[in-house]
Amino acid sequence: MRHYVRRFSLTERILHWANAIGFFFLLATGLILYLPSLAVLVGRRPLIQDLHFWSGVGWVSVLVLIALLGDRRGLRELAREVDRFDRDDLRWLLGRRPAPQGRFNAGQKLNVALTAAFTVLFLVSGLLLWFGERDTRFRFASTVILHDGLMYVALALLVGHLYLAVINPATRHALRGITLGTVDAEWAHRHHPKWRRE
Amino acid sequence: MSEEAPHRFGRGVFLATVAGGISSLLWGKAAWDRLSHAIAPVESLVPVLPSGGWRIYTVSGSLPRFEERTWRLEVGGHVQQPLAFTYRELLALPKSEQISTFHCVTGWSVKNVHWGGVRLRDVLARASPLPGAHALEFVSAERPYVDSLTLEQSSLQDVMLAYEMDGRPLSRAHGAPLRLVIPEMYGYKNVKWLAAINLVPRALDGYWEQLGYDRDAWVGRSNGYGT
Repeated sequence: MRHYVRRFSLTERILHWANAIGFFFLLATGLILYLPSLAVLVGRRPLIQDLHFWSGVGWVSVLVLIALLGDRRGLRELAREVDRFDRDDLRWLLGRRPAPQGRFNAGQKLNVALTAAFTVLFLVSGLLLWFGERDTRFRFASTVILHDGLMYVALALLVGHLYLAVINPATRHALRGITLGTVDAEWAHRHHPKWRRE
Repeated sequence: MSEEAPHRFGRGVFLATVAGGISSLLWGKAAWDRLSHAIAPVESLVPVLPSGGWRIYTVSGSLPRFEERTWRLEVGGHVQQPLAFTYRELLALPKSEQISTFHCVTGWSVKNVHWGGVRLRDVLARASPLPGAHALEFVSAERPYVDSLTLEQSSLQDVMLAYEMDGRPLSRAHGAPLRLVIPEMYGYKNVKWLAAINLVPRALDGYWEQLGYDRDAWVGRSNGYGT
C-alpha cells in the first residue's frame, strides 16, 4: 500500500495557486497589449490596460494578504529553507551526484528566489508604467524594456516549471504535493532524502 | 558534508535580481540599443522580437476599418480650396520613400522603417492655405484622437503622409490606409487612420497632450527626457 507524507501546507498551496492564477491572467492580458496581432484582434485597449493594471495590483495584494493571514511561522521557515544552500545543493547545481536534497532541491530554491524577485520587479516596473503615463517624474525610457524583459525570462522559467511539474515522468508526481499537499513517501525518499531523514 | 554553515544564496539571488532589475531603469535602454545593434544582422534573417518590436497603441474600443469606396482624406479649415482625396487620387500624387526610426515616448523604438507615401506639401499646395493658417490639425478616424503640428514643424524634410510600410500597403494596425510620419517626434504625433487635415490659426493640444504630454514632442528633448 502507498504511504503519503505531507509536503506542502495549506498556506503554501494557496500561495502557489494564487500566484499561478494571477500570473496567467496577467500574461494573457499583457500579451494582448504587447502582441500587435492580438491587439488588433481584441481591440479595447483602454479596457485591457485597466484590467491588466488592476489585476496586477490585486495579484500582489492577494499574495501579501495570504502571507499575513496564513501560517506566518511556516512561511518564515520556508524562507529559511530556500535561503540556505549547503554543499550538496552546490554539488546538485553543478550536476555532481550523489547530492541528496532537502524538501526543495537547489533548482527549486533558485526558482523561488527568482520568482519572488520577479514579482517585486513586475510590480515596480508596472507601477512606473502606470504613473509614468500620468506624470513625467515617473517616466524612464527603460521601464518598458524591464517589464517586457521580465516577461520573457518569467515565461522561460514557467515553461521549464510546467515541463517538470506536468510532463517529465520522474518529477511530475510533485504536482500532487502542490495540489493535495501530500506526496508518495517512497518518491519523497528518492528525490528529497534529506527532508525525509529529518 | 552538510554539517558546515550553509551559504545564504537564496537571499543573495533575490536581492541581486531585484537590484539588477531596478538599476536597469538607468542602463536598460542603452544596453538594449547596443544589443539590438549587435544582433541587427541576425535579426534581418530571424526576427528576435514579435512584429519587429512594434506595439499597437489605441485609445478607443476598436480599430477603424478602411473601405476604399467610402474613404476620403479631407483637407479643410483655413484654405481657399477645401478638398477630399480618394485613396486613388492620393496614390496618384508624386510618391516619396524614406527610411527612418520610429520612437515611442514609452521607450521602445523601431529602427529602419521603410515608409512610402506623399509629402505633405504636395497635398497642401492643392488646397492653398490662407494667410491666417499657422498650424495643422490631424484628425484620426479613431475618435477622439487628434494632434497638431505648426506649419514650420510640418515642413521638416521627412514629414510624410505614409500609405506604405516596409513595402506593403499600411496595415490596419498601423493606421490603414494613411498615417502621419514625423520621425523627429514621438509616436503619438504620428497620427494613425488619418481622416482629415485642418489648417488652423495655431497648434492645439492633441489627445495625449490633454493628458499631460508635451505638444512639441521632440525625440530625446521632451516629455521629461533630456531636459
